[in-house]
Amino acid sequence: MKKVFTIVSVLLVLAMFLGACAQTPVAEPPAAVEEPTQPLRIAVVSPSSINDLAFTQSISDALIVLKAEMGDGLEYAFTENMFVVDDAAAAIRDYASKGYDIVIAHGSQYGSSLQEIAPDFPNTVFAWGTTVDTFGMPNVHAYEAASDQGGYVNGVMAGMLTESKIIGVVGPIETGDAKLYVDGFVAGVKSVDPSIDVRVTYIGSFSDIALAAEAANTHISAGADILTGSAQMVVGAIGKAEESGLYWFGTQANQNGYSQKTVVASQVYHWEGILREIIALRAAGTMGGQTFSATLQNGGQVITINPEIELSQEVKTKVEEVIAGINDGSIVIPKP
Amino acid sequence: MISDLFSATVIIGIISSGIRLATPYLFASIGEMFGQRSGVLNLGVEGQMLLGAFFAFYITLKTGNLWFGVLAAMAVGALMGLAMAFVTVNLHATQGISGIGFYLFGMGMSNLLFQKLIGTVEGVKGFQKISIPLLGKIPVIGDIFFNQNALVYLAFLLIPIAWFVLNKTTLGLKIRAVGENPEAADSLGVSVAGIRYLTVIMGGVFSGIAGASLSIALLNVFQQNMTAGQGFIAVALVYFGSWKPFGILTGALLFSLINALQLWIQVLGIPIPSELAVMMPYILTILVLTLSVSKGRGPSALTKVFEREG
Repeated sequence: MKKVFTIVSVLLVLAMFLGACAQTPVAEPPAAVEEPTQPLRIAVVSPSSINDLAFTQSISDALIVLKAEMGDGLEYAFTENMFVVDDAAAAIRDYASKGYDIVIAHGSQYGSSLQEIAPDFPNTVFAWGTTVDTFGMPNVHAYEAASDQGGYVNGVMAGMLTESKIIGVVGPIETGDAKLYVDGFVAGVKSVDPSIDVRVTYIGSFSDIALAAEAANTHISAGADILTGSAQMVVGAIGKAEESGLYWFGTQANQNGYSQKTVVASQVYHWEGILREIIALRAAGTMGGQTFSATLQNGGQVITINPEIELSQEVKTKVEEVIAGINDGSIVIPKP
Repeated sequence: MISDLFSATVIIGIISSGIRLATPYLFASIGEMFGQRSGVLNLGVEGQMLLGAFFAFYITLKTGNLWFGVLAAMAVGALMGLAMAFVTVNLHATQGISGIGFYLFGMGMSNLLFQKLIGTVEGVKGFQKISIPLLGKIPVIGDIFFNQNALVYLAFLLIPIAWFVLNKTTLGLKIRAVGENPEAADSLGVSVAGIRYLTVIMGGVFSGIAGASLSIALLNVFQQNMTAGQGFIAVALVYFGSWKPFGILTGALLFSLINALQLWIQVLGIPIPSELAVMMPYILTILVLTLSVSKGRGPSALTKVFEREG
């Protein structure tokens, strides 16, 4: 029986681990193609897949924009699904040693790997996020998303639209830009009406769609009429909002098209502005040391309202006011 | 605050969530149980579920027919089971390691196919809730038990059927004999290899349906690695349930109900850190297992290679 217990314990721990960290350890070998014209070469390593409707998709979309602008002047490679940090570290080192000009480690979990790798490649520009820490290294940039800003705007809209005065949040793990978004969202709702009950759940996973869906069901049974959430497992929750005819607010990537009658607005990350700055700095000889923040003001994040949902003029005006207020500093988002 | 947990809404909510969450575990664990009762430990359940989930989703997306989706999931599960049986029964590979191999294969393959064939997260119209006539009209109970989708009913029906097959049929006797004492079974003319092929393929079929229950019945979406460790929980539940269908039912319900409970604890704002809340189902499952240590032992020939003498 002791053996049985051991096996079961190991299985449970394994399952917890898989549930918590989520992505798929399937590596695609980085494609390195030599071009005679010497285009700028950018490589990205990221934890989930480029079509996750969330974090990884946001950086992939940014590179697609840059590619359209720069054409043959840019060549980029993407290694997705690097949830195993060691695999990611190998991919980062691989790209750097293949002579990529800019290597982007798109995950805050890659920090310590980058800290080891970056000094070995002084002629490579590294950027990682979401974080503010450049380790004081001359060739490392850091970038983050001020996702509390978009969260606040979404929260204001949700606060104005709710009738039951109960709003549910489906969060992954209480950390990073997900936590920032949720805190901003709650503050936004409370700014409309402090009596509105915003209920926050964290499901302890970035990938467990089934649990995200049940968290949404739970909020709905408890009387919520508007839901939001962050990270790639929220597709399960959006589906439940749709089934019950409720509104959803999205973040990270544009989720409006996923459910036309459900998603009111999405805070969409636009990393291309930050990437343009990194490219310009490199051309001017600065290899790192900068910290960038994607904000509403610098276009690093944009509130995209779904045209299929009819919003009153009052709500639309308020959204513009709030965005202007955040940009000019007259609205300061309180930290919890 | 804690007293909020005892309202009718919350209790109904917990039970109906628990039933939905338990559904994929029931399919996968019952399939795994048959394999283990015949002596084969298959750790590849997670991979089989992912491929089942993908094919069910893809075929449903293309044909619009949900039952074709289920059939596709069953077929791919059967193929995975066949491969596992070949590797472990004929090639005598270590069961634990080859199972992990099949898990990684299933995960990688479902990712690859998803990216090549679908490419973006989208939804399908999955199995709708069916209200059972009369029973579905009973207040409270009707809503919880008789207002679910077809695959949920099927999962719960599977429990007594599995019990009957295992304990009351000749096939069940052969499966148990092969798992307890393959040499004796062989000497009585039972084909050990044949039975193990059958149970492992059957396990694959049920794991495939478990995946389908996620992608076209409960969630109606496919995303990479969407099973998030459920296949491993399913294997653990077989141990938890002492290799018995009703034991597995108890384990699956306990785990799922506690998971539903922790969501309600968070929703009601009961001041327990979310990290602690999400650990509850795992901790309590281990606790219950420890407290019920005397509950019996596994099949004697589990994970052992059978080689005919002479």
